[in-house]
Amino acid sequence: MEVIMSQLFAGLSLGSVLLLAALGLALTFGQMGVINMAHGEFMLAGAYTAYVMQGIFADAGVSLMLSLVVGFLVGGTLGLLLEMTLIHRMYDRPLDTLLVTWGVALVLQQAARNIFGAPNVDVRAPEWLKGAVDILGLAVPRTRLFIIALAIACVVVLALVLKLTPLGRRIRAVVQNRSLAEASGISTKATDRLTFFIGSGLASIAGVALTLLGSIGPTLGTNYIVDAFLVVVVGGIGQIKGAVIAAFALGILQATIEYSTTASIAKVLVFVAIVAFLQARPQGLVSVRQRGIA
Amino acid sequence: MTALGLLTRPGRARTLAGFALAAVVLFAVAPVVLSDFRLNLLAKFLCLAMVAVGIGLAWGRGGMLTLGQGVFFGLGAYIMAMHLKLADAGPGGVPDFMTLYGTGEVPGWWEPLRSAPVALAAIVVVPCALAAILGYAVFTRRVRGAYFAILSQALAAAFAILLVGQQKVTGGTNGLNGFRSFFGYDLTDPVNKRMIFFVVAGVLLVMVAIVRQLMVSRFGELLVAVRDQENRVRFLGYDPALVKVVAYVVAAGMAAIGGALFVPVVGIISPADVGVVPSIAFLVGVAIGGRATLLGPVLGAVAVSWAQTSLSESFPSGWIYVQGALFIVVVAFLPGGLASLVGKLRRTPPQASPTPPPGPSGPPAAPRAAAVTGAATATATTAAPGAPTAPVPTVRAATGGHDD
Amino acid sequence: MTASRRLARVLPASVLILALGLSGCGAKAESGSTTTSAAASCVKTDGDAVKIGFLNSLSGTMAISEQTVRDSLDLAAKEINAAGGVLGKQLEIVAEDGASEPTVFAEKAEKLITSDCVAAVFGGWTSSSRKAMLPVFESKNSLLFYPVQYEGLESSKNIFYTGATTNQQIVPGMDYLKEQGKTKVFLVGSDYVFPQTANKIINAYAEANGIEIVGEEYAPMGHTDFSTIVNKLKASGADAVFNTLNGDSNVAFFKEYKNVGLAPDTLPVVSVSIAEEEVGGIGVDNVEGQLTAWNYYQTIDTPVNATFVEAFKAEYGADRVTSDPMEAAYASLYLWKNMVEKAESFDVADIQGAADGVSFDAPEGTVTINGDNHHIAKTALIGEIGPDGLIHTVWSSGEPIEPDPFLTGYEWAAGLS
Repeated sequence: MEVIMSQLFAGLSLGSVLLLAALGLALTFGQMGVINMAHGEFMLAGAYTAYVMQGIFADAGVSLMLSLVVGFLVGGTLGLLLEMTLIHRMYDRPLDTLLVTWGVALVLQQAARNIFGAPNVDVRAPEWLKGAVDILGLAVPRTRLFIIALAIACVVVLALVLKLTPLGRRIRAVVQNRSLAEASGISTKATDRLTFFIGSGLASIAGVALTLLGSIGPTLGTNYIVDAFLVVVVGGIGQIKGAVIAAFALGILQATIEYSTTASIAKVLVFVAIVAFLQARPQGLVSVRQRGIA
Repeated sequence: MTALGLLTRPGRARTLAGFALAAVVLFAVAPVVLSDFRLNLLAKFLCLAMVAVGIGLAWGRGGMLTLGQGVFFGLGAYIMAMHLKLADAGPGGVPDFMTLYGTGEVPGWWEPLRSAPVALAAIVVVPCALAAILGYAVFTRRVRGAYFAILSQALAAAFAILLVGQQKVTGGTNGLNGFRSFFGYDLTDPVNKRMIFFVVAGVLLVMVAIVRQLMVSRFGELLVAVRDQENRVRFLGYDPALVKVVAYVVAAGMAAIGGALFVPVVGIISPADVGVVPSIAFLVGVAIGGRATLLGPVLGAVAVSWAQTSLSESFPSGWIYVQGALFIVVVAFLPGGLASLVGKLRRTPPQASPTPPPGPSGPPAAPRAAAVTGAATATATTAAPGAPTAPVPTVRAATGGHDD
Repeated sequence: MTASRRLARVLPASVLILALGLSGCGAKAESGSTTTSAAASCVKTDGDAVKIGFLNSLSGTMAISEQTVRDSLDLAAKEINAAGGVLGKQLEIVAEDGASEPTVFAEKAEKLITSDCVAAVFGGWTSSSRKAMLPVFESKNSLLFYPVQYEGLESSKNIFYTGATTNQQIVPGMDYLKEQGKTKVFLVGSDYVFPQTANKIINAYAEANGIEIVGEEYAPMGHTDFSTIVNKLKASGADAVFNTLNGDSNVAFFKEYKNVGLAPDTLPVVSVSIAEEEVGGIGVDNVEGQLTAWNYYQTIDTPVNATFVEAFKAEYGADRVTSDPMEAAYASLYLWKNMVEKAESFDVADIQGAADGVSFDAPEGTVTINGDNHHIAKTALIGEIGPDGLIHTVWSSGEPIEPDPFLTGYEWAAGLS
């Protein structure tokens, strides 16, 4: 029983990490169709923001909370720059955005290596995130709880923004029918930029959160990028809901298989399961009905 | 008309002349001017170029962004490596790494590869069969565009993890290495290394010839048509999935043969050569050279590998910036690759910009024009992932014009 | 003209070209296959300088670790040149980047030997890089000095191994746990050759010494989520952990270990891949009090080490630390120098002949080359990570342990290789 509980929690917590990593992609890839391979490096930017902020603010708690905000802005700005310089001219060539952003990822990664040095750096967790709390007899690490809460908060805020604000309406309009939206007077150009800003900023928030769990080094982004894309693909594009379900489903699946086999086998099996799943449902878990032929 | 354009046009004399020139360079000039070490390096680049030729067909012509060619490259390479290991061990012998790390017994699925003919057949058959099954499953379900790219990337990741994890039978991260002979020829002998170079160069020429014929054939026209307007091809009564599967299988086979020849040339194959990053790296040369042209991928792959080797000697970290920047600039601003630049310089009057012609309005039955301008249009008109079934490209192209 | 007819004309032409190319060399190759003598060396020793090669990854994932080795090699070369060189010849360094890829290591090794004509090559880190280079050094008959602890089960006359083999690191680590009365050990490692081989040895050791192995887990390289593995660890009832994780994974593992409330005084972790260099990246609070097994720590209190640490900090900055692989690399250059001077020659065969018994007063203590297996005798040290981020010796084997890469001197290891 304890094993089931603890593995369920491990799955949820892995799912929340995947969700954080994939949420920004669900916007940029899911809504805009941009395959941004530099997404992982925007996470990296968030992680290094947390490292730099720690040097400025002595209190780890203050620095962490501020990093979430500053990280969002740093990542968002990087994303905005990328959109304005390269991606905006490539909306009609989605596969090429993949290649271009891969080149960007290479450069950003090497830049991180040259600026911050190749060795990993450490970000201290604040006191109130150290140790574990007891939930139903289970020692649950506080950092994990924090990340689950953060993931949920990000999803809720994003959903509210998309649903209720004028900006959200514009984004949805552009996604559903770009030319009609434009004809109705919406600036698709400005909307694209804002969407990309938010998506990249979310990546950086994920990066800040990841400093609580793992290493902060130039290759941080590459560890997550493939998984993040798979979450979006499995979830189905165009909907945040799909990404949420997919992230938790994959997290729990990975944790369950990993407990009974090994981490390597679990990873391979999850990948195979995804390929098989997309055979059955190429449109992903949740799909938007679109007008189309056959 | 561009020189490269002419090369892609049916012109037998010109093609033969091109082949003769390439053959002279590879078989007569290179062995004379290059040291044994450099010649072996060139052989390695040519192996990578084989993968590029296949990608040029599947991606440049067919619009399928194959981010998982490492799987097929790796399959070919590992099958060859397994055979060489078994051959070195002698009849009934056990490869050295298995006694060190494994059970000391050769697993059953290795056994058939003791025979050279079986191994040679398996190098082509296994990857092609996998590609056929995978391609058939994926393309008949109309998975395409970004979905296909990400799926093939996940496969490459899974393949590398699997190879690393099964150390007892695959050599793990160490991979397979330390081959002493290649079908009876001593690999430490420079004369034999030279022989392998000739084999590699010959195979590459044959591959280019095959791809050229495919490009100018009816199949090649269909492939471009599928790339540009899949639905119209379907309405005309063709099965687009089948066309794609064939191109995908050919590309897989070429990657596998490239991988198999890579093994005796380099002397090692490890998971580091087959995962996500090397799979993307295969694309770099293709994109820079010119994905939709015949020779662009080959020249691009060789040039990029050569630049990597020589530049990284003097600036290890600088090379990454150069590679990244080159990639960004070429893909973003020159989607046809450097080949299209050559074309543009020759063309009078020069075309204004690399923007695609106004939609694939021409009937799919006449894509020869598309083949010639293909260098400029490239995959410009593949379906957007946001709309897996709708004919979005025309809409996108219109709004794209506004964005510019 | 149809496609198939055109194909029919081009293909034979191509095949003909191929056949011509092959026939030109096939005959020579036949006779060539019988000759086994290695290519003649092109090393130039008549001038007042001699070339040596440094081959480390300066880009890619391994750059983190290998850059430090390169730094200490450079330091050693600079010191040797300042002191008059080797046999009166200044060292001329040819530096290459292995790019963290085995194939690049093989390629660059060949370049160093055949194009640059270096007398010896120093470098490599991962087992895969060494395995990739080994056939090159054997076929070209040159010398490689490999500075990192590794999984043993190897001995080449063309390689000198200046890091620890298993009986100088893994076995003492287990001896220490046994001495501390630990009976239930959990094994965690990255999924590659060193951890798997190390754990195979540990399992054999445990069986012979009444220690129970209560779990054996492997994480893929770059694995970042250790909640499941730590769950398994907690459920296993282990009283010690033997950790062979590599690189980044250590950070995620120790953060998770700490966060679920495990502590070193009840469940100590012995690590064999965490040195001074890595402690900072993991965060001192996360690993304070944990154990490591190495042959050198920066805190070793000898005049030789004090000079080495001082020289290193003077060269690269006061915030830099020195670690076992760096020290082993530093020592490797001096060992080569001592061998060359004993042999009075840069020739590979002469050096191999003179190797046995050559020693060097290294920062870790006196190290001596074993001429049979080309490893070196080293003292094993168990250390504890202190709050200062440095590692402090808590146990020592007292005297150098003779290298035994195939563990032939251990009865319990009889079934291993």
